[in-house]
Amino acid sequence: MFTEASNFAAGVDQAFKIIFGISIFILIGITTVMITFVVKYRRSKHPKAEQIKDNTILEITWTLIPLAIALLMFYYGYTAFRPQRDFPKDAMNVTVVSKMWAWSFVYPGDKESDVLVLPLNKAVILNLTSLDVIHSFYIPAFRQKEDCVPGKVNQMWFIPTMAGEFWVLCAEYCGMNHSYMEAKVKVVPESEYKAWINALPKKAAEPEGLTIIKKNACTGCHSIDGTKLVSTSFKGIYGKKSIVLTEGKEHTVTVDAAYINSSIFEPDKDIVKGLPKGVMKSYKGIVRDDEVSKIIEYLKSIK
Amino acid sequence: MAEAITHSYLENTGRYKGILAWLTSTDHKRIGLMYMYAMMVFFIVGVLLGELMRLELFRPGQQFITAQTYNGVFTIHGIIMIFTVVIPGLAAVFGNFSMPLLIGAHDVAFPRLNLFSWYLYILGAAIALSSQFMGNGPPDTGWTFYAPYSIQTHTNVVAAVFGAFVLGFSSILTGLNFIVTIHRFRAPGMTFFRMPLFPWSLYATAWIQVLATPIVGITLLMVIAERWLRIGFFDPSLGGDPILYQHLFWIYSHPAVYIMILPAMGVITEIIPTFAQRRVFGYKAIALSSLAIALVGYFVWAHHMYTSGMSITARWVFSLLTFLVAVPSAIKVFNWVTTMYKGSIAVKPPFLFALGFIILFMIGGLTGLSLGSLATDIHVHDTAYVVAHFHYIVFGGVGFAFFAALHYWYPKMYGRMYNFKRANIAFIFMFVGFNLLYFPQFVLGLMGMPRRYFDYLPQFTLGEQISSIGGFILLVGIIIMLVNLFSRKGGKAPDNPWGGTTLEWSIPSPPPHENFDKLPVITGEPYDYE
Repeated sequence: MFTEASNFAAGVDQAFKIIFGISIFILIGITTVMITFVVKYRRSKHPKAEQIKDNTILEITWTLIPLAIALLMFYYGYTAFRPQRDFPKDAMNVTVVSKMWAWSFVYPGDKESDVLVLPLNKAVILNLTSLDVIHSFYIPAFRQKEDCVPGKVNQMWFIPTMAGEFWVLCAEYCGMNHSYMEAKVKVVPESEYKAWINALPKKAAEPEGLTIIKKNACTGCHSIDGTKLVSTSFKGIYGKKSIVLTEGKEHTVTVDAAYINSSIFEPDKDIVKGLPKGVMKSYKGIVRDDEVSKIIEYLKSIK
Repeated sequence: MAEAITHSYLENTGRYKGILAWLTSTDHKRIGLMYMYAMMVFFIVGVLLGELMRLELFRPGQQFITAQTYNGVFTIHGIIMIFTVVIPGLAAVFGNFSMPLLIGAHDVAFPRLNLFSWYLYILGAAIALSSQFMGNGPPDTGWTFYAPYSIQTHTNVVAAVFGAFVLGFSSILTGLNFIVTIHRFRAPGMTFFRMPLFPWSLYATAWIQVLATPIVGITLLMVIAERWLRIGFFDPSLGGDPILYQHLFWIYSHPAVYIMILPAMGVITEIIPTFAQRRVFGYKAIALSSLAIALVGYFVWAHHMYTSGMSITARWVFSLLTFLVAVPSAIKVFNWVTTMYKGSIAVKPPFLFALGFIILFMIGGLTGLSLGSLATDIHVHDTAYVVAHFHYIVFGGVGFAFFAALHYWYPKMYGRMYNFKRANIAFIFMFVGFNLLYFPQFVLGLMGMPRRYFDYLPQFTLGEQISSIGGFILLVGIIIMLVNLFSRKGGKAPDNPWGGTTLEWSIPSPPPHENFDKLPVITGEPYDYE
């Protein structure tokens, strides 16, 4: 349940234990005193209240002690965190690419994978990027989290200290399938990692149409491999017949250039049966006309 | 003269009759009740939306609403609860009803502005709620409206954001009204340090309302401008900076937590001395710690952003300041508990709710420490742990304090009592249900369950199920409480049912329209039980 699988995890957990330990002591202490007072000085047993004067020394004491505790907790939180920001010079770099609602990992040599495979006991720096909105790269077992902010590159680093598979989750709300935006980290012995990275093919130059589709996050709802996501998959879509609702009336259309064009710019005109109105926004002013023809070309190619 | 005084504020004496007499009334007591009725409606809607989420989360996978609907539900749940319930909350209801009575005033400084604030509140709430029924579907951004998602989503974000903007004005004007009232309308002889502590907490709150709310107002307008005019303040694809949005949003929204909790602390500070029949311990420390919280509370906002990629300097500075703001809150807890020492304690419903408040507020506060600390926050940031923490503060804290205040001043409001036994039963259901609902979420967060998740990994199922069961026990408690209060079966209330020493207990229940026949002259401290 609370696996400690990175070099930072034990330090973070230590800070948790200190803070929780002191907190539980304070909570139980104050609650006990309070309940004792309520029982002991209940009106039936203690009909006349004593009017107690203020006590400056007592008040200064219970200001300074919490202050000291607060500073102590701050200190532990800070010292466990500080090394997380001292990036090692010789670590390997992996770029994390996030988009609605998937992770991908780009290794040196332009090799891409959707599983983050890492060598055991080797420092790694992750460069966190986003193609659309803010996501947050979170590996609970590593106690690590940092946001992927579009337009900038955030970093995190760690050393995986336990072999195995761990979850990568998205912690910053990013739209409809936020809770399904997950991936796996696979920590393996270095020899196994080397074999894996060597076998990983170079990222093939992708058709321009696909780049445009990915850039606009179309693949968040429309898969390109036939999987049903929110809407119809793009695989084999060109030339297919589709039942749509136009102003509430059901009829069949053939997916051709004109239909694709209107689907991109006026998605609410013909709505695919079974989908709510407004689920897709208009890409007017976002996708250019010449890009549309490249998209169409690409869609023709994936049968 | 004597004739007029026999009329309570609940009876109509003015030009209009029925509901119009209320809707045109500038009486602070009536306005307080009007806030309360509206807030009750919003609260119930918010609670039902919360229960809907608990039902959906009872099992992993999709149960009966889609992910998109779920995202809309947590968004409007947050908007309703934050902007229309807990932010106005105690200040709007009891600040209006009780504060002028506590300081010996006939009304607030600007009664018509006060009524106008109420109309702005209703208007803002209506605009925010209209987002559900108009445009391209309910907003799905969460109540934080984080850019660039809030700029890019096709849903009806503008209505929700504009509603929050209008609600902000209601808050600013109420704050302004209270500052002037507390400065200018205190009874003769009531110096600041002879003033009861609920008005003190409202005074600190009012300054935050006036100074911080405009920042969120302009930020929300910037979101609208960006959506309509594609200006590019926050969306990097338009040349903006999403981190700027987070700073601007939290510069208001963190102090907003103190807008919620300070009046709650103030109410608790009124209730404990009354039921312990003892002068409050450390009057000055409590009064000044309210100001200290309000002041330091301004400078902790970026602890919401430890994972955003801020510099290490920003991280440790905000972490340090966050720990400092914990100290005045701790002082208040010590003072409340010490006030019970050698008192003569009557455990009646308002006091019971106050005890519940102290326990839940302590849990909320102490669990906040690992969110203020850098290393630990990185792990639990944006997880169910945060959800648990802030529900302990805003529901366990503000909510239970609100119910404590309601049971405390109810006899003064209506001139009637309620059934104590049923109130106590309601409290037990609520307290148990509340802890079952939210405590498991601390554990889920520590296990790595992110927040705002429509679906979850199987290892989180047990925690989610306990949480859902707790949610329904809590709902039963809330229903028992509301039925008990609205059935009005407690008989007539005396002027001073609890033996309180503050000024509201010196006048009839319910109070006459003008509150005080003759303005009281204050010669000593407010909690004098000698």
